[in-house]
Amino acid sequence: MLEIRNLRAKIGDKEILKGLNLTVRAGEIHAIMGPNGSGKSTLAKVLAGHPSYEVTGGEVIYQGKNLLEIDPDERAREGVFLAFQYPIEIPGVSNANFLRMAYNEKAKHDGRDELDPLEFDDLLQERMKIVEMDSVFINRSVNEGFSGGEKKRNEILQMAVLEPKLAILDETDSGLDIDSLRIVANGVNKLANKDNAIILVTHYQRLLNYIEPNFVHVLYKGQIVKSGGKELALALEEKGYDWIKPAGATA
Amino acid sequence: MAQVAKEKNSNFSAYKILAGMREGMDPAWLAALRAKAGARFEEIDFPTTRNEEWKYTNVAPILKVPYREIFDLDADGLTVERIAPFTFVESRHSQMVFINGIYSKELSDLSGLPESAVVTSLAGMTEEQALVASRHLAAYAKYQDDAFTALNTAHIGDGALVYIPGGKIVETPVHVIFISTSEEASATHPRVLIIAGKGAMATIIESYVSTEDNVYLTNAVTEVFAAEESAITHYRLQEESEKAFHVATTQVHQERESNYVSYAFSLGAEIARHTLNVVLTDEHTDTTIDGLYVVTGKQHVDNHTTMDHSKPNCTSHQLYKGILDGKSRAVLKGKVLVREGALLTEAHQLNKNLLLSKDSSVDTKPQLEIFADDVKCSHGATVGQLEDDELFYLASRGIAPEQARALLTFGFAEDVISKIKLKSVRKQLDKTVLDKLHQSLDLE
Ligand SMILES: Nc1ncnc2c1ncn2[C@@H]1O[C@H](COP(=O)(O)OP(=O)(O)OP(=O)(O)O)[C@@H](O)[C@H]1O
Ligand SMILES: [Mg+2]
Repeated sequence: MLEIRNLRAKIGDKEILKGLNLTVRAGEIHAIMGPNGSGKSTLAKVLAGHPSYEVTGGEVIYQGKNLLEIDPDERAREGVFLAFQYPIEIPGVSNANFLRMAYNEKAKHDGRDELDPLEFDDLLQERMKIVEMDSVFINRSVNEGFSGGEKKRNEILQMAVLEPKLAILDETDSGLDIDSLRIVANGVNKLANKDNAIILVTHYQRLLNYIEPNFVHVLYKGQIVKSGGKELALALEEKGYDWIKPAGATA
Repeated sequence: MAQVAKEKNSNFSAYKILAGMREGMDPAWLAALRAKAGARFEEIDFPTTRNEEWKYTNVAPILKVPYREIFDLDADGLTVERIAPFTFVESRHSQMVFINGIYSKELSDLSGLPESAVVTSLAGMTEEQALVASRHLAAYAKYQDDAFTALNTAHIGDGALVYIPGGKIVETPVHVIFISTSEEASATHPRVLIIAGKGAMATIIESYVSTEDNVYLTNAVTEVFAAEESAITHYRLQEESEKAFHVATTQVHQERESNYVSYAFSLGAEIARHTLNVVLTDEHTDTTIDGLYVVTGKQHVDNHTTMDHSKPNCTSHQLYKGILDGKSRAVLKGKVLVREGALLTEAHQLNKNLLLSKDSSVDTKPQLEIFADDVKCSHGATVGQLEDDELFYLASRGIAPEQARALLTFGFAEDVISKIKLKSVRKQLDKTVLDKLHQSLDLE
């Protein structure tokens, strides 16, 4: 589904991704861990097409297409989804209107029927159950005045509505209390299936207690320096990152 | 100066004709008021940009047009059906329609109003109504130092009186519509007087629209008197032709424990100026003045507001937002004056602007003058563009750039529009704002 080869990207003059390789197949869940500033969010945003990042080398093949040549909104319609580490607020636009617009854009793209507000409401009510979200959030402006945890839950609601092929969840577990963590993790598990793939960016093993990854990778200074199974996450939790850093590297 | 005086004489002397035409038809006090204002108008000059209050708005283009004055009603083929787009379902049977400044009884419909509400044209007042009006007309909007107000006052013949006597609650909103239809440049001087007696409650919509995309001048003055414990909600919808000039003053006088809410929308006119002054004369009043201006092309919009706190325990809130595109320009000067003795005043003011183009610009000057202790005041102004991160967030959900810009811009405006309780006014504004920005959204 996704093949990242020797990816390099910079923001301003600063190179952040320095030759990154990663292969993700349908049905897989990958966890990416790594110290602050190692480039995890950068990778997520480059995959989603954020205009501030400049790709300086390498390639990304998504479902047989050169992902880097596709506009960000088109990538989304093609099934790429990013749950943001810091979701933005959109005052004055209700969650319901926003979600319906996003849903319909994708439906149009896929050649499915667009939904009117009433039809969409049915779908929304059903998807809201996945993240145990209260109806009051639906008529509120997107993320406006939401708590940190509510914003994260709202990201997963969007995922539930859009049903992406490739979902990249950037620290969706950060800032969640234990109940919210369980709800979000259960939601993600319900959405995972053999036809889609999920990349989880996280700092904590605790999320991986709920969502079992097939692979765990360590991103360090813009490269994936170690990959393994879920036991790698346990080792990282215990020993930190020091033992993994390539010889001669300093933090 | 000689030149200004000449322009004044040639372009703005119709009030002399009007005085002759209305001789014997109006109460003596009204004729005298007109004469005094006319005389004063002769003595003073129109403002120039050297005048601090007009620093950013040059009225010279407004003054050089040779306007045609209209004294008689000519409905110009307008029918109830044709004016329907300018009206609202909530006030279909409580609307006063003025065509080029003249009251049209045929197009107006006041059948939905209770007996207790006095809604009449100034030219058609009974003696009793005139007595009430005489106590308030020109009592708040001072014409002595303002040529536009003096000119308007010298022209008072027709106009709207909305008087809700003490203790009466009028649920139905009253809509006062000024429609410009003239194909030749006309100058009209709409006058509105709103009086809420003790404990009275009313909603008034004041709108300015046109059927022709033409040059003309609207020089409007509205006075609002809110007696103690009264509550007035006042919508002002300025949707003139984009070639027109609109100069207006709204002067509000609030007494003890009264509540005044103003939503002022400025969408039309090539040059628009609205001066909104609220004077709080006693304790425990509450005031909200919100506004939205959306300008494109070469439009210039200037809002000058003053909240004048002179007594303790009064609260005021102001939120003005602006969206600018093309080569448009906006001016906002918002003064909050907390006079000596106005203890425990709470006054908040915020102006936010969204620039959609590189060539648009804003001069915003929030101004807080505090001469009392123990007050809670804040003010601020922002000028920004749509942020990359906002656009990216929407893109990442599959929303195309055009749509994303429309949605964010709409959201920005919605902050003010969504406060409107009248649904059809809200819907109409949503549509007008999007149309104006050449955007469309499929929203609920
Ligand atoms: N706009 C920017 N300008 C300059 N440097 C930036 C910018 N955005 C990110 N960076 C830098 O890029 C590096 C990688 O940032 P990134 O957000 O990808 O890290 P991360 O691995 O997600 O960290 P965290 O675990 O804290 O979320 C950091 O050093 C960061 O300071
Ligand atoms: Mg990050």
